[in-house]
Amino acid sequence: MATVKSAGKGPGGSEAARSLVSVFTGYCVLIFFALVFLYPFVIQIGNSFKTEPDAAAHPLSPFPDPFSTSGYEKAFLNTDLPLWLGNSLLVTVIVTLGRVLLDSMAGYALARLRFRGRRALFSAIIAVMAVPGVVLFIPKFLVLNQLGLYDSYTALILPVIVDAAGVFIMKQFFESIPVSVEEAARIDGAGVFRTFWSVVLPMARPALITLTIISFQGTWNEFPHTLVAVQSPELFTLPRGLADLVSGSLGTGTQYPLKLGAALMATVPVALIFVVFQRYFVRGANEGSDKG
Amino acid sequence: MAGTTIPARRGRFRGSTAMRDNLAGWLFVAPVVIILGLFMLLPILMALWVSLTDWNGQGSPFRSGVPFVGTGNYTRLFTEDGLARQDFMTSIRNNIYYVAIVVPAQTVLALGLAVIVNSRMLKGKTFFRAAFFFPSVTSSVAISVVFLFIFANSGAVTSLLGVFGIDGPDWFSDSRGILHLLLGAVGLVDPSAPPAALTSGGPFGLSWWEWLSGPSVAMTTIIMLVVWTTSGTFMLMFLAALQDIPVTLEEASMLDGAGRWQRFRYVTLPMLKPTLFLVLTLGLISTWQVFDQIYVMSQGKPSKTTLTPAFLSYQTAFRSFDYGSGTAISFVLFMIIVVMTLIQRWIMRERNGGSRPRRHAHTPAHASAHASARTSARTGRS
Repeated sequence: MATVKSAGKGPGGSEAARSLVSVFTGYCVLIFFALVFLYPFVIQIGNSFKTEPDAAAHPLSPFPDPFSTSGYEKAFLNTDLPLWLGNSLLVTVIVTLGRVLLDSMAGYALARLRFRGRRALFSAIIAVMAVPGVVLFIPKFLVLNQLGLYDSYTALILPVIVDAAGVFIMKQFFESIPVSVEEAARIDGAGVFRTFWSVVLPMARPALITLTIISFQGTWNEFPHTLVAVQSPELFTLPRGLADLVSGSLGTGTQYPLKLGAALMATVPVALIFVVFQRYFVRGANEGSDKG
Repeated sequence: MAGTTIPARRGRFRGSTAMRDNLAGWLFVAPVVIILGLFMLLPILMALWVSLTDWNGQGSPFRSGVPFVGTGNYTRLFTEDGLARQDFMTSIRNNIYYVAIVVPAQTVLALGLAVIVNSRMLKGKTFFRAAFFFPSVTSSVAISVVFLFIFANSGAVTSLLGVFGIDGPDWFSDSRGILHLLLGAVGLVDPSAPPAALTSGGPFGLSWWEWLSGPSVAMTTIIMLVVWTTSGTFMLMFLAALQDIPVTLEEASMLDGAGRWQRFRYVTLPMLKPTLFLVLTLGLISTWQVFDQIYVMSQGKPSKTTLTPAFLSYQTAFRSFDYGSGTAISFVLFMIIVVMTLIQRWIMRERNGGSRPRRHAHTPAHASAHASARTSARTGRS
């Protein structure tokens, strides 16, 4: 029965029972969606270890019967998967290092150094960021072609070695830390570059980690740029090779264990980093919404 | 102070500091300026030129032999009856349906998940947040491969539907429009013999019947994939905004006797408006750019029902070597994205009754900047 205390809260008064029901419903919804979001990966892993007939017959089951690594053997021996992995790793490492250094230099200059044209430059960078990536497909190819860089490692790396969004993130970060430490260093006679390198950068560790992670993830997953930058199979990165494996000239029947295994190779590095550095991913995703 | 350079020698200390900052500043930004200029600004200018020509990819587009066609590549898309317009308008139709479903679906799903995850009564917040977010950090190509398998003819979805006695379609080869199927199901129109009034004419070279197809069955698989991958990112944005709402505000409304729905509708939702705007804008920008998934899963097939302007521009340039038309399509797409963003900004401003969002003041530039930070459509990386 409704007591005086709970009378104001609504009819029935069984507040406890109601919240128990809503907790239960809440968990049901969460678990349902967790399955929806994660089960495709479970299926992917399970089926990559199946034989072809098994994968075709029991696609829903996560358990291979019999267990087979032939999909992976074929992926590594019959396709260029090792080459794609190598190319992806090379490009990703260079681009990530480049972005971390160049973006933070530019972000620092825009936040701290009073050089002429600073405001105009920042507006220009914001404007450049607003151009949708898709619009730049053909244009990027035109420039790479004109400069004679098309179909080279340079074409894969150079156009993406800085990104305006990274500059933006670093500028926001440098503006959020106190200027006093740098001033002390500069009064002690340290030059701009020295101050940046040995005083500012060490303080920027959290932002640098965020930038490293989103650069790594972005570059490792990058697909459309590779389409307009290279055409030789020796220069394919993993997403490009994978895309050709399933849709392009290499199209090879069904072979789902092989394809899923190869796709897993693209997922695993990012997944590992995600598990370890989850909070930096979260920060990266919120960067735009918090600081915009 | 730094306005003059010559007296810098005299006023040595002050002048040299300003000079030093000027020099250091430009040195620090030089790599970014050069590379963005070379691979963002210059390309756009070159592409504008190419879109006015019939360059076929041979040699330099600036040679004198390259035929200049003026705005021909653009007008062909809108006013001349032919295959170019037919394909372009089909791609526009496909993308309109795609946007109309993906944007609301991912926004509602993201908001719903964020509200539940944020509930103070439930534990395991970190795990669920990670689980929902994970798909959006993985490679769009790899995920598309997985969905190709899941929706294959003998795949997981078909066998799951089989459990419930439903005979699933051949997802990727089914070009029937969902709206056509619905109209047929309720008995309004017979999809195999549509009324002549609808098939005889319509705007831009497509019949009304074609415009009213809805997304094809094949397109719905891509729609599901994209909603599935992007909701997580947007959920994080809503979650961050929800956590910013002062607890006291909720408690006050609870004391006032507001029910759960009322509390959500009149307390939570107004506080989320800036984030909602950001999510809708990012959603609109990225869904018009859908490319990766199309490339991997369908290449515009079946019967061009998954063709999108982004993929069409790629195909026209790199497969048909008609770079002028391909570039023109991408500029039209650019304009569509700009217009969409502006319209939406305008609507949100009207609704806000002129009051500007408090601390999340977003310009479309910021929003799309954010989108370009995670290009692969993501969002569509997409």
